[in-house]
Amino acid sequence: MARLTMREAISQALWEEMERDPKVFIMGEEVGVWGGSYAVTKGFYDHFGGERVRDTPISEAAIIGAAIGAALTGLRPVAELMTINFAYVAMDHIVNEAAKLHYMFNGQMVLPMVIRTVGGGGRQLGATHSQTPDAIFAHFPGLTVVAPGTPADAKGLLKSAIRGDNPVLFIEHATLYQTRGEVPEGDYTIPIGISDVKRPGKDVTIVTYSKMLEVSTKAADELAKEGIEAEIVDLRSLRPLDTGPVIESFKKTNRAVVVEEGWPTFGIGAEISARIYDQAFDYVDAPVKRVAQKEVPLPYNRALEQLALPQVQDVIAAVKEVL
Amino acid sequence: MDKQEYMELYHQMVVIRRMEEKAAELYQLGKIGGFLHLYIGQEAVSTGLISARRPEDRVITAYRDHGVAINCGIDVKLVMAELEGKATGVSGGRGGSMHMADVKKNFWGGHAIVGAHLPLATGLALGDYYQGNKAVTICMFGDGATNIGFFHEAVNLSKVWNLPVFWVCENNQYGMGTQVARASAVSEIRQKASGYGMKSEHVDGMDVLAVRQVAERMLAEIRGGSGPQLLEALTYRFRGHSMGDPERYRKPEEVHRWEEEDPIGLYRKYLVSKAIAAEEELNQLDDSSAREVQEAVDFAEASPDPAPEDLFKNIYASNGER
Repeated sequence: MARLTMREAISQALWEEMERDPKVFIMGEEVGVWGGSYAVTKGFYDHFGGERVRDTPISEAAIIGAAIGAALTGLRPVAELMTINFAYVAMDHIVNEAAKLHYMFNGQMVLPMVIRTVGGGGRQLGATHSQTPDAIFAHFPGLTVVAPGTPADAKGLLKSAIRGDNPVLFIEHATLYQTRGEVPEGDYTIPIGISDVKRPGKDVTIVTYSKMLEVSTKAADELAKEGIEAEIVDLRSLRPLDTGPVIESFKKTNRAVVVEEGWPTFGIGAEISARIYDQAFDYVDAPVKRVAQKEVPLPYNRALEQLALPQVQDVIAAVKEVL
Repeated sequence: MDKQEYMELYHQMVVIRRMEEKAAELYQLGKIGGFLHLYIGQEAVSTGLISARRPEDRVITAYRDHGVAINCGIDVKLVMAELEGKATGVSGGRGGSMHMADVKKNFWGGHAIVGAHLPLATGLALGDYYQGNKAVTICMFGDGATNIGFFHEAVNLSKVWNLPVFWVCENNQYGMGTQVARASAVSEIRQKASGYGMKSEHVDGMDVLAVRQVAERMLAEIRGGSGPQLLEALTYRFRGHSMGDPERYRKPEEVHRWEEEDPIGLYRKYLVSKAIAAEEELNQLDDSSAREVQEAVDFAEASPDPAPEDLFKNIYASNGER
């Protein structure tokens, strides 16, 4: 195992899949000559050439629409949206085409495609460039939504996404690219749709994913100093949403906190809470708490931005409330 | 063209006409639900255009798709069954009027969000280009679709990458009820091609042979590596935008004027005047086409609804990981 950054792990997965299958190609804004706006595809253009690492105009609808069309011909495009904030201008193609064609045409159309994109706040990019709208996309049957929180998961899940036959929205987090972790070398895949217990504990269940896994882990470290053992379940994908390990953990701890970076209203926490009440009502010892972004468009000012984003202290406070 | 080819064009147009008339009846009877957009009046565009394609050329269109489906070689039975939402329909009863496709016939739908299929066409052509296939993607759309951003993004990208797309605008004079001049900065849609450095032509969309001839030529050029080109076919729909159209935006006289340009009537006259076919032969073809459509209706009526247990089928491809 090598200790890689999230950026390196994602880059490695892409590189290996492109070496493995000539049908895999990359398209998006600045993916080629520039090397990727987050440097994930640095070196790809020189190695694989412009036919397989295709720079596009700033045309998100055409990027996703053309990726769909190419996928329909049997190719395996990895289309990049520079940030998830730009997904709104490609919304029709993501939710109205990619998510629906297989069903609407009775299985005739198969779309083996991945949309790689970057979400999350915390970099002072202001309200339009800092969003975590993951729940919106997870709303649509037909779409698969993956959001890894560790380099190993990123590599394994991205490889599965590329090899699978369904459209996958693969959401990376802008502030996780430098995060390091052990990553298995070579052909390492993780099936999509399996939640993972990242930390065992008996007192409370923390359900989270992506960047908030890091925040939750720090909170759990602090809580451990006070003798509170938090169990952390990492969802890893929002659709399919594997709540099995969540329910199992909850039946043991009888208490849960859901930590997400997006807004709470109609969010991941709302969904997880509903499922806990639905499937484990008899085990509830305290109301499920949600830790999420304050309900404001994210401000630019650093202090204000941090005030709006979920912090380690917020998680600790929520855990103490349910105990 | 040999006689059989001439007759086949006539046959397809008549089948489409009869099928659409029947569909209107069935809609009134409540046997077809949702929206229903008839192709009556525009038959020559799709018939001439698609008769010029090779089997490897892909076709993709908007929601006024029943006629295009017939031209792509889909059995009228499967179209009618789809209109009635039956399991035997070309999309298994899940798509309906606006979402028909048969990928084995290289017909890629049937797309109901105006303009949204244009980027898909760019991608289909990218797929062929990338894999070295000598195929052209024929993308049909209405005049209204040229006012949405998707058109501009898709056309621009097709030109930037020099992809084999044949963009075919069916200018039927109205986007729903809004006249082209009231919605588009240029009434000649083909002018929009010049903004993308793309060759364009226009054709009388009521003349099936004219459409076929220009399509053959442009397809050959695109296949030869010219990059994308745009054809504007001037046409007219004799019926409303959909079945629920009060038609307040146009006068009956205008419709009657266009009806004198009926593509089927004009083509029939041509065949007789050139002695390609006798009146009697064409009458027989009319009758057999009507029977074909009636058999399709019978087939649809006798077909089962999709099974309730199939509700959740095909949301995802079975191969989660290849």
